[in-house]
Amino acid sequence: MSDSPVTPVLRTVGLTKQFGGLIAVRDVDFEVPEGSISSLIGPNGAGKTTLFNVIAGLFDPTSGYIEFMGRRVVARPERSWLEPVLWMTGPAVLGASAYGAAVAGLSALVVEFLLFAALIVLIGVLILASVRPTWYVDGLVRLGVFKSARPNDMVAAGIGRTFQNIRLFANMTATENVLVGMHDQLRQNPLDAVLQTRRQKREESEARREAARWLRYVSLRGHDDDLARNLPYGDQRRLEIARALASKPKLLLLDEPTAGMNPSETEAMMQLFARIKSELGLTILLIEHDMRVVMGISDRVTVLDHGEKIAEGAPAEVRADTRVIEAYLGKGAI
Amino acid sequence: MRRLWRSVLFLGRDSRLRAWLKPWTDSLNTFSKGHQSLSVVLGMAVVTTVLPFIILFPPFAGFATQGDWVQGFASAGIFVLLALGLNVVVGLAGLLDLGYAAFFAIGAYSYAYGASPFAGTHFPFWPLLLVGAMVAALFGILLGAPTLRLRGDYLAIVTLGFGEIVPVVFRNADTYTNGTNGISGMYRPALPVTGTFLGLNPVPYYITVAVLVALAMVFLYRIQDSRLGRAWMAVREDELAAASMGINTVTTKLLAFAIGASTAGLAGVFYASKVTIISPDSFGFTVSFTILAMVVLGGMGNVWGVAAGAFVVYEIQSELLKQMNGFVEHLNLPPINLGVTTIDLAKVDFLQYQFLLYGLALVGMMLLRPEGLFPNRRRRAELHDVDDAEAANQELVEA
Ligand SMILES: Nc1ncnc2c1ncn2[C@@H]1O[C@H](COP(=O)(O)OP(=O)(O)OP(=O)(O)O)[C@@H](O)[C@H]1O
Ligand SMILES: [Mg+2]
Repeated sequence: MSDSPVTPVLRTVGLTKQFGGLIAVRDVDFEVPEGSISSLIGPNGAGKTTLFNVIAGLFDPTSGYIEFMGRRVVARPERSWLEPVLWMTGPAVLGASAYGAAVAGLSALVVEFLLFAALIVLIGVLILASVRPTWYVDGLVRLGVFKSARPNDMVAAGIGRTFQNIRLFANMTATENVLVGMHDQLRQNPLDAVLQTRRQKREESEARREAARWLRYVSLRGHDDDLARNLPYGDQRRLEIARALASKPKLLLLDEPTAGMNPSETEAMMQLFARIKSELGLTILLIEHDMRVVMGISDRVTVLDHGEKIAEGAPAEVRADTRVIEAYLGKGAI
Repeated sequence: MRRLWRSVLFLGRDSRLRAWLKPWTDSLNTFSKGHQSLSVVLGMAVVTTVLPFIILFPPFAGFATQGDWVQGFASAGIFVLLALGLNVVVGLAGLLDLGYAAFFAIGAYSYAYGASPFAGTHFPFWPLLLVGAMVAALFGILLGAPTLRLRGDYLAIVTLGFGEIVPVVFRNADTYTNGTNGISGMYRPALPVTGTFLGLNPVPYYITVAVLVALAMVFLYRIQDSRLGRAWMAVREDELAAASMGINTVTTKLLAFAIGASTAGLAGVFYASKVTIISPDSFGFTVSFTILAMVVLGGMGNVWGVAAGAFVVYEIQSELLKQMNGFVEHLNLPPINLGVTTIDLAKVDFLQYQFLLYGLALVGMMLLRPEGLFPNRRRRAELHDVDDAEAANQELVEA
C-alpha cells in the first residue's frame, strides 16, 4: 500500500440500510482517505449515525458492502441458508443411522446412544455457530457463505468509535473503562488470572499504566478511580475517546464529539483531534453539527441528506454547494 | 435511650467512631488490596476457627449442641458456594438466572454416578469434585447457548424453564436416575489422615467446605480483576458498547454461565457426598430462588458480601426458624381470639413461613438498603447519592 494521502482506509460501495419501510442510508459510495480528518454532516435524521453503525458492524447493510484497508469486511450475508443446512447434516446422519439401527433390530442401547450423539452434535454445532471461531468463519467464506462482521470483529480490524449518546460503562471507574477498551490488546486468559502467572501480573500492571497514559492523553486528571457516571459531561466525552483510543484503532469514528460543549471546550476538543491525527497518525471520521469544527479541522466533508450523499469535497467547496445550502435551509433560501 | 439506639443503628456510619477506627481499617484495607488471596485465606481461616466456639456462648448455646451447629455450618457452606457461583452470573455479568439449581443437581448426580452402589462405581471423592464442576460447566454452556440473544425478562423466563426441565428429566428417566426415589448410599469422602468421613462427625465436612469456599473466593477475586472480569462488568453495564469495544459478548456470557455453573457443580458433589441421598425434589425452583435471594440480600457483586449473606440467610432459615418454634411453644402464650378465628402461636410452624420471610426481607431491603447488606462500592454509589448520605449523617451527629 502506498503512503499517498489518497489511499482510502475506508470505502463504502453502494451501501444501503433499510429499517422496514424507511431507507435510512441509500446507495452511499464514499471514501475516507488515510491520515485525514473527514466529516460527515447533514440535517437531523439524515442517516449519519446509521451509516456509522453499519461501518462499526452493529447493523448488517441491506445491500452494498464496506472495504476497510482494502479488505471487504461488512456485507449483507450471502447464501446464509447454506449454514443451517450444514448444521443439520451431522445430526441428520446420526438420526438416520439411529432409525436404521432400530429397524435393523439392534439393541436399544445402540439406538439411544446414536440419538444422544445426534443431540450432542446438534448442540455443539449450535454453540459453534454462535461463538463463531475464526476457523469456522474462514471455512464458511471458503464455502461461499459470506457472513457479516460483528462489532468486535471491526474493533479487531482496527475501527474504534464513540457514541452520540455517551455509552460509558457507568458503574466502572475511568481506568476500568479504558482497560475494557484495551480488551483486544490483552493476551491473558482466565487461567492466567486464576493462577496469577507472571505474564498476567506483568500485563495487568503494564495495562494499568497504559490506561493512565490514555487518560492523561485526553487531559483527564485526578479522576482515574472515579466511577464514569460521576464524571462531568465534558470529561465523559473525553473518557469515551480515551476508551476508543485504547483499542489502538487505525480509524476513529466520533459521533458528535462536541455536542453540548461551550466554545472553549469545543476549541480544546479540536486541538485534541489535531493531536490524535498528527501524533498518533490516526484517520478520523466525525459526525458534526458545529460548522466551526467542520470547517476548521476537516480535510474533507461528506454531506448526507435523507440517506443520500448529496455533496463531497473540501470544506470550502461543500459550503458553496447549492444542494447543501438547500438541504440545510430549505429551497426558498436560494 | 434514643441516643443509644441511634449509635447502634448508625454504628457503621458514625463519623467519630469511624475516625477512631480509621488507622486500623486503613491499614487493613491496604493489606487486603496488596495481598488479596492471602487475606481471603486468613479471613476464612479465622472465621472457620471462631465459628464453632462462638456458638458455645448464649444465646446460641441454648439452641443446639456444638455438633449440630457445626453440622449446620457445613450445610451453610454449600449455599455459600452456590451463592458465590450465582453471583458471577447475576452480579458480575448481569444475567438473571432463575434456574441455577439445575447445575447444583447436575453436580450432585455426577457424584451419584461416580460413587454409589446404584451406579456400581466407586471413584474417590476428590477427583470427582473436579469432574462434577466440569460436567456442570459443560451444561452451563449447553443451557446458556440458547439464551445468548435474550435479555432481561426473556432470559429470566428461559432459565426458569431450564431450571424446571432438569429435575423433571431426573425424575422421569427412571432407568438411569431411580426416579422420585432418588439415588442413595453414596460413598463418603476419605482422606489418608482422617479415614472415611463419618455422618456423625461433621468436622471433616466442615473443614472441607471451608477450604472449598476459600478456594472459590480466591478464584473469583482473581478473575474479577482480570480481562474476563472487566468484560463481564462491561456486558452488564452496556452490552452494545461492550461489543463495540472489542468484547466477544457470546464467549464472555458463555464463560459466565460455565464458571457460575462449575461452582454449583462443586457444591452439588459436596452435597451429595454429605447427605448421601439425593432426589430430584431437592433441586426445585425454591432452591434457585433461595440462592438468588441470598445473592441479592448479601449485596450483588461483592464476594465477601454474598458469602456472608448466604451464610446469614441459611442460618436464619435452618436454625432461627426452628428455634422460633420451640421458643414460642415455651412461652405458653394463650391463643389469640379474633372472633372469626383463633391464632395459637404455639402451633404455628415458623419453618413454613420461610418464603414469607424472604419476601418481607427482600421488600424491606429494597426499600431501606437496596444495595444489599454488604454492598460493594459500585453498587452503593449506584443506588445512593453517597454525599447525601454523608451529609445526613453529619446532621444526625451534630443534633
Ligand atoms: N434502529 C433503528 N430502527 C428504525 N429506525 C431507525 C433506527 N435507527 C435510526 N433509524 C431511523 O433512521 C433515520 C436516520 O437516523 P440517524 O440516527 O442515522 O440520523 P442522524 O443523521 O444521525 O441524525 P442526528 O443528527 O439527529 O443524530 C431516522 O429517521 C431514524 O428514525
Ligand atoms: Mg446521529
